[in-house]
Amino acid sequence: MGAEREPERGAERVVVGDKRKLRLATASLAGCFGCHMSLLDIDERLFELVERVDFDRSPLTDIKHCGACDIGLIEGGICNAENVHVLREFRSHCKVLIAVGACAVNGGLPAQRNHLDLGQCLQEIYLTAPDIVGGKIPNDPELPLPLDKVHPIHEIVRIDYFIPGCPPSGDAIWKFLTDLLDGRTPRLGHPLLHFD
Amino acid sequence: MSEECFDAEELEELLRPVVERHNGEPLQLVQILREAQEVVGYLPAALLTATARALKLPRAQVEGVAGFYSFFHLTPPGRYRVLFSDNITDRMLGSGELLDRLCNKLWVERRKLSEDGLVSVDTTSCTGMCDQGPALLVNGQPLTRLSGERIDRISELIRAQLPLGDWPAEYFRVEDNIRRRDTLLSAEWPAGEALRAAIARGSEAMLAEMKLSNLRGRGGAGFTTAIKWESARRAACHTEADAQAGARYVICNADEGEPGTFKDRVLLSSYPDLVFDGLSVAGFTIGARKGLIYLRGEYAYLLPALRENLERRRRSGLLGRAVGGEVGLDFEIDIHLGAGAYVCGEETALLESLEGKRGIPRIRPPFPVTAGYRGQPTVVNNVETLCKAALIAIRGGAWFAGLGTKQSTGSKLLSISGDVEMPGIYEYPFGVSVEQVLQDCGAGNAQAVQVSGPSGVCLAMHEFSRSIAFEDVPTAGAFMVFGSHRDMFEVARNFAHFFKHESCGFCTPCRVGTSLVANCMDKIGKGLGTQYEINQIFKIHRLLHAASHCGLGQAACNPLFDTLQKFRPAYERRLCSLDFEPAFDLDQALAAARQMTGRDDPAAHFGFAARLPGVAS
Repeated sequence: MGAEREPERGAERVVVGDKRKLRLATASLAGCFGCHMSLLDIDERLFELVERVDFDRSPLTDIKHCGACDIGLIEGGICNAENVHVLREFRSHCKVLIAVGACAVNGGLPAQRNHLDLGQCLQEIYLTAPDIVGGKIPNDPELPLPLDKVHPIHEIVRIDYFIPGCPPSGDAIWKFLTDLLDGRTPRLGHPLLHFD
Repeated sequence: MSEECFDAEELEELLRPVVERHNGEPLQLVQILREAQEVVGYLPAALLTATARALKLPRAQVEGVAGFYSFFHLTPPGRYRVLFSDNITDRMLGSGELLDRLCNKLWVERRKLSEDGLVSVDTTSCTGMCDQGPALLVNGQPLTRLSGERIDRISELIRAQLPLGDWPAEYFRVEDNIRRRDTLLSAEWPAGEALRAAIARGSEAMLAEMKLSNLRGRGGAGFTTAIKWESARRAACHTEADAQAGARYVICNADEGEPGTFKDRVLLSSYPDLVFDGLSVAGFTIGARKGLIYLRGEYAYLLPALRENLERRRRSGLLGRAVGGEVGLDFEIDIHLGAGAYVCGEETALLESLEGKRGIPRIRPPFPVTAGYRGQPTVVNNVETLCKAALIAIRGGAWFAGLGTKQSTGSKLLSISGDVEMPGIYEYPFGVSVEQVLQDCGAGNAQAVQVSGPSGVCLAMHEFSRSIAFEDVPTAGAFMVFGSHRDMFEVARNFAHFFKHESCGFCTPCRVGTSLVANCMDKIGKGLGTQYEINQIFKIHRLLHAASHCGLGQAACNPLFDTLQKFRPAYERRLCSLDFEPAFDLDQALAAARQMTGRDDPAAHFGFAARLPGVAS
């Protein structure tokens, strides 16, 4: 677990000694932004990070669509149609795509709805709950439709690396990113994969 | 009786004689649960509580054991419990259609108990009837040579609630199908001849003959038997008193679970005295007073005849006190029944099971020869190995060493099944070529042979000149032949599910890895696989090989690895050409929300356009 990598995509794509600044994109899908908070927890090392990468689409930049990137960090699982589109956009633009945190890796907390029937859920919340009068299930085309189940992101697209944790610590994210930027196969050792 | 409710007192009443029969010995837990289940029909929670109390074991331990074995039922399995053998050879003979047919006739869903509590229908791992399949077990009794007609008749018998004893005996007939006889199968071996010969030689000399014979274990691993025997003979018992009491054990591994293997079934049905003699010779040689046979649950139907045979041996002085007239030479044999767990064929898992525990392989060292059953020096040998040891006692090690090849002496029983004209048991001297075997059994258009079962090796046509021997293609005996019309992907998929089902669950790489691999195979099977899944399989193969606790996990991806090397187009024609695809239909995953919201706009679908990044978001 942790720093596993698909064999067919060589790590050399993010090359050591390649002085070009790398582009990094991040997104939170069905997550709580806790993993993004953890990214901020690298504190003053953020200065070092912006020396080495440019941020593309990310809550930090407010860029709405992802351009060609070297690294994509995805927080959160897939609970609705929009999540799928964003994830596919990341997959097609990022050379290396990383699942960050429990929700992206396993579905996490949002996936706890998976044992409930979606139709019954919507009905109960919008139509039959005791204090609802004349309720209606929201159907504006602007709203993304929920999927019947919440999925980890590797069930939708190919994922290159996984960083477990809820959230992974700032140190774990930093170790992972610096390994990647330096051209080492990322490895989180025991202390960084130790959650109790 | 299964749907009846029992109160705790009633259950204790039913349990008491079973526990008494085993002297309240906690090490007998598996046997006690098995016998209690025979009486009660299944293992209700209150029975587990009563068993724990009677044996002074933690209840969690009892439940842990009851939950481990496939043939223990914690909920009522029905008065008729039908289990179709799910080996690939059964499937090739149409077992899948027959299962559906029976379910239709009986109005039951697979895996679910019928509403009236009468019957349940499911599959089980290979039952060792591959030469006369398709086969099934009904309440533990094997039925062979199933056909559509037979299935219809069986459904009638079940609906009429006829006791198994009144079903046509023909249904239960199990043939030996011995097709080629060599040294072992071509002669008569009178009961006790081997034991008397060993006693006449003396234990030292018997061991010397074993060394001379260079006999290697027939269970697959090929360890030199004499080294095992000598180590156990020399190993110290726990205490001096144990040593005086002969607290060493010899165990016959008759947990023949490797799919496609059925030679031990034939040896135990038609050569039981040779097996018992081999076990007695081993006991005599290492100084053991007790031999145990671990008989797989699927072969429970052999039990009455085997017990009768032991009784006969006891009467003729081959068992019990002063065996063969030798004062001081005592030897007893007990038969333990397994309860449906492939992993128990691994010798240390087998020891755990014999000691009434979950069949989880032990960490080695210590090896069984120094610390085995009850922590005492123990030899665990395959059924066929013991038969060969009996032959060596009679004819000597030099004679045996002259057969077969230099590194693989003697003969080997092959269990041949699949696309051949004459499936059955073939005995060959080691060194025979695969080609020769295929010719003898009438395999006209073979494209592959799975040697030694799913954990063995898959040979393609260009390898048919190789020989069956430890130095070339080692085998525990299974020899499944696949004709050129067979889909080798489906063969591998069957094996992947077998390992997933049989993983004991103790170590994470195997428990999770076998499941992931089976999922990958199902995804490819559904036409949703990509190169990604192929890479995953290779990756998991490496991981399982390196990180699994025992041979089960280490071998679990072998058939996939082999078929991916040798039959890759069978996989590739199923792949989507894309980089990655979900294992489920994404558009369908929106259907519930579409229905609830009444939406049908483009954003409520995943169409082709929606796949292009940026278009739909």
